[in-house]
Amino acid sequence: MGLDRLDTHRTGTGVDFSPSSQESWVTTKLDFLVNWGRANSLWPMPFGTACCAIEFMATAASKFDLARFGMERMSFSPRQADVLICAGRVPFKLAPVLRRIWQQMPQPKWCISMGACASTGGMFDNYAVVQGIDTIIPVDVYVPGCPPRPEGLMYGIMMLQQKVMRERMADKSLRHEMEPDPASQLYIAPPLIDELSEPFGNSVHQTRSGL
Amino acid sequence: MSADFSPVLAGRAAGGNVPAPTTPKNVPYRDGAANPSADALRSRFGGAISRVEVIWGETTVFVEPARVNEIVRWLHDDPTQRYDYCVDVTAVEYRDLDRPIEVVWHLRSLPFRRFIRLKALLQKGQPLEVPSIWDIYKGVDWMERECYDMFGIRFAGHPDLRRILMWEQYKEGFPLRKDFPLRGRFSRSEQLRQILSQNPEAKYSMEEISVVEAFEELPADVRARLGAGEKVGE
Repeated sequence: MGLDRLDTHRTGTGVDFSPSSQESWVTTKLDFLVNWGRANSLWPMPFGTACCAIEFMATAASKFDLARFGMERMSFSPRQADVLICAGRVPFKLAPVLRRIWQQMPQPKWCISMGACASTGGMFDNYAVVQGIDTIIPVDVYVPGCPPRPEGLMYGIMMLQQKVMRERMADKSLRHEMEPDPASQLYIAPPLIDELSEPFGNSVHQTRSGL
Repeated sequence: MSADFSPVLAGRAAGGNVPAPTTPKNVPYRDGAANPSADALRSRFGGAISRVEVIWGETTVFVEPARVNEIVRWLHDDPTQRYDYCVDVTAVEYRDLDRPIEVVWHLRSLPFRRFIRLKALLQKGQPLEVPSIWDIYKGVDWMERECYDMFGIRFAGHPDLRRILMWEQYKEGFPLRKDFPLRGRFSRSEQLRQILSQNPEAKYSMEEISVVEAFEELPADVRARLGAGEKVGE
């Protein structure tokens, strides 16, 4: 993604090089080179809990071949992973586990929320399921679908690659991990979130049993 | 703990001529042939048996809650019954507030090829408690825990009656009860706050993972195999 411009031998397109020189050399922007390297060797950490994980396996298998995107190596340990792919619904009991796994991943790290349940809770609007993993960890790309086809997940991965290509090392805030700060102006108090999310959020009065 | 292992031949105890099970046909909705164990229970326990129903060929015996352990013990031990497999322990609550909660036991007798369902009625407003049958079937351990977790029914005599599906500090009540709101009692933010304050590593009690203590209770042949260095799991 990008270094194929080498073939054009043109200058001013991000990469310059001189084939006639004895010592081959390349000039480019460090941001470009680093992002190019990162975007094309994202190591995924699959966090599969439900049917989306089956589609994820299909994406990784030979027909759709996730290895084409530099995702040859599935990382089943968060400490050697770059991108967390959360595939499937996350029950509340798993929420602290998912948070812990995210915290164990080293920077730089990204997260893809795969499928309706991971993104919003989906059809499981009940007492046991987290209503979107973005209430626990930051999410970069949401892939819709129930479950998404492998093409959908690959499109999400390509979107993430584009996002990585646009990052700048000078922007320290990208890698800054924050807990919600009540002093911040962006902070929304939990009761206000509950009020805003009515009637789609929680309602203590709702019961299906009619009692 | 266990004597020498001898295989159970299904249906053999009822005599040599029991045909192999086939898909039942023309089963009446009600008043089919009852399981002979129902009559045996009536004659043995009399007053503790309030009603016997046969629905779709399956026999349901309504028993007095306080005597469940005694009745199941007899069904398990008596040579004419030999119910050696407890399939399920669960409960049923109806929308009608006046109807009692039913605790349900599914028992199967492999030697006689019989199936029986026991039900105990627990009135609303009374403490929801029945005797545990863990001392008869060790396998009901988690089933009774799940039943407690979801319905709040206490099984007296269970060795470790804790929540099993929800986390142990869950404060919202018993999710499968009819008065439990679908989305839980607390707001979403409060639910998240409570769960994120949990320590994900503090989920197991030491009793649960102490393999060393359980070693003495293993069958003799398994002990010998493990002692000789055979690996399990992994």
